[in-house]
Amino acid sequence: MDRRKFLQTSGLTIAAAGFGISPWAARAADAPIKVGVLAPLTGVVASGGKEMVEGVQFFFEKQGNKVAGRPIELVIEDDGSNPDTSIQKARKLVEQGKVDFLIGNLLANTGLAVANYVKGTGTPYFIPIIAADDLTQRDRIKNVIRVAGYSASQFAHPLGDWALKKGYKKIVTVGQDYTFGHEQCGGLAQVFTEGGGQIVQQFWHPLNTADFSPYLGQIANMQVDAVFAMETGADATRFITQYASFGLKGKIPLLGAMNATDQSVIRTLGEECEGIVSAAHFAEGSDNPATAAFVKEYTAKYSKTPSLYGFSMYSGVMWVSKAIETLKGKLDDRSAFIDTVLKTELDNSPLGKTVKLDEYGNPIYDVYIREVKKAPNGKFWNVPVETYPAVSQFWKYDPATYMKQPPYSRNFQGIKKT
Amino acid sequence: MGMNAFQLLNGLTFAALLFIVASGFTLIFGLLRIVNLAHGALYLFGGYVGYTVAVKTGSFTLGAIAAMIAVALIGLALNQGLLRFVRGNDLRQVLLTLGVAFVLNDMALVIWGGDSFTVPIPDALKGGLTFFGIFYPKYRLFVLLVGVLVLIALYLLLFRTRLGALIRAGVDDAEMVEASGINIRRVFLATFVLGSALAGLGGMMGGAFLSLYPSADSEILVFSLAVVIIGGRGSLLGVAIGSLLVGLLNTVGQVMFPELAYFVIFGPMALLLAFRPLGLFGKAT
Repeated sequence: MDRRKFLQTSGLTIAAAGFGISPWAARAADAPIKVGVLAPLTGVVASGGKEMVEGVQFFFEKQGNKVAGRPIELVIEDDGSNPDTSIQKARKLVEQGKVDFLIGNLLANTGLAVANYVKGTGTPYFIPIIAADDLTQRDRIKNVIRVAGYSASQFAHPLGDWALKKGYKKIVTVGQDYTFGHEQCGGLAQVFTEGGGQIVQQFWHPLNTADFSPYLGQIANMQVDAVFAMETGADATRFITQYASFGLKGKIPLLGAMNATDQSVIRTLGEECEGIVSAAHFAEGSDNPATAAFVKEYTAKYSKTPSLYGFSMYSGVMWVSKAIETLKGKLDDRSAFIDTVLKTELDNSPLGKTVKLDEYGNPIYDVYIREVKKAPNGKFWNVPVETYPAVSQFWKYDPATYMKQPPYSRNFQGIKKT
Repeated sequence: MGMNAFQLLNGLTFAALLFIVASGFTLIFGLLRIVNLAHGALYLFGGYVGYTVAVKTGSFTLGAIAAMIAVALIGLALNQGLLRFVRGNDLRQVLLTLGVAFVLNDMALVIWGGDSFTVPIPDALKGGLTFFGIFYPKYRLFVLLVGVLVLIALYLLLFRTRLGALIRAGVDDAEMVEASGINIRRVFLATFVLGSALAGLGGMMGGAFLSLYPSADSEILVFSLAVVIIGGRGSLLGVAIGSLLVGLLNTVGQVMFPELAYFVIFGPMALLLAFRPLGLFGKAT
């Protein structure tokens, strides 16, 4: 800080102190908005957590760290990829830190833990990454809103439809054996079988399966038209690498959950990931000007193509900020805050399209069918090949009827009996 | 038939990798009486170093050598700089290695970030071979070959050299060896460095088909523990048999009882412990 700046700021401070008797309301308007960010900065998904924080910081930096005239104060806590730690940290942020709202978490179990906690406190909690279907369906909590996020089965539905259009008759699914896996496989299986397709078999494997060769060996002999892989993180890397090394790439088309071909997975991969098809609201290789500009800026700043994590948190805080602008920075009335967020439409996000929430607090998106292709820089990215407009978490079903069926699980995959 | 042979090969190649990692583990456990919980971290660190060198130089061999040297050096530092001071106190040793594992993992997270990496396979080993109507990746067969070579090399070392004789004697009774005028600390050191280097080699070999990512260390550590518990500590034959059992059970488990994949490995292990607490080839001391 140079001398002049020092004088300026200290002068301001003294001036501010002099006006210490000004009314409460005026001061509250200048007081910082405290944002509690929960992200897994240690543990198995630490790299995703780091990108979540980057996404938040990137957005607020571009805003000059101010929203509706009020400075933004970020309080970032590590949830340790662990539900217990998540609750502790959420409690600390809410009770000691007095944050205005919480945003973040990556793993479904950490998100569910925090959601359960804020159910009691009424703190607004935004979950751009947590995908557990029921948080915006059967077990909806009003102050938990999935801004810029998606529910697990939301994109699997159109992918199932696309597979039918492509003429696939038989599909085998390979999925991680937990809720996120069950929900995505279920979404695809329901739409695909209701349209006349057949799910030949479903493999469920524990998280962090070192070796996929036993499954790949069976798949090779199954005479299926396509394989659907619901993998995240290192499992996705291994599945894709091993799929190629066992010679299945190019022989049996590989469909993936969006997280299987997310940048966080494929940025370290080579041509073994080329050609995998997935469905998502965001495709970093899109030629939409808004998306391209965001990808360019983000890449310049963090020297990596943005993943789902960076993008979702960026758009998530953008969404909430827009609501704060509408409220002119007044967040004291929580239910007004929540209602405003629910009504806010996001029009200037990196998606380049207006997005709004359905009445359950989950966004409705134009969903891309994406294919992994080589990017100009020699790495790989997802490029849209087809668009399904205005896809909600309920696909083409009536929400009330849909929510009467049980949530997707190992035992219920929505598979139509023939 | 083709199917079974295929799954058999899967089990064997996984067993070969486990053997490379667990042989170092069992040597250290058997001789120094240290359950080196940093072994998994050494594996992962070796993999990362090997990955970096292999990408920079384009040579898999150089990567493997670098991985072994780097991890051997860490092993050296760990043994001389830390473990030396708590020798003889089992609990402290174990806790110390656990602490080192945390430190190494966090360092790896800082240096390489948390993305998963796959060690690039040399062109000659890309693709697969077709035999008996099955298509099998060459690289995995290569891992199997390296596993067998490591087994032979360790056999020769342990049963044909003076150092090997000292190590075997030390496993049976370290104090007796010391009493006969041998500097057992040097033997300890050599074993620790050798065991660490094997972890590094394992990281490089495994990094190419299981990929490298945070928490890969604890997964391989758990498998290694199972191998050593089944085989009995400090026994080369034990670790070979243990690796085969765990590798094959893992494959069979995944194919036949996918939902019980872990139980198929650890169930028999628990049973074995109940009836043979020292493992198949372990000796009481």
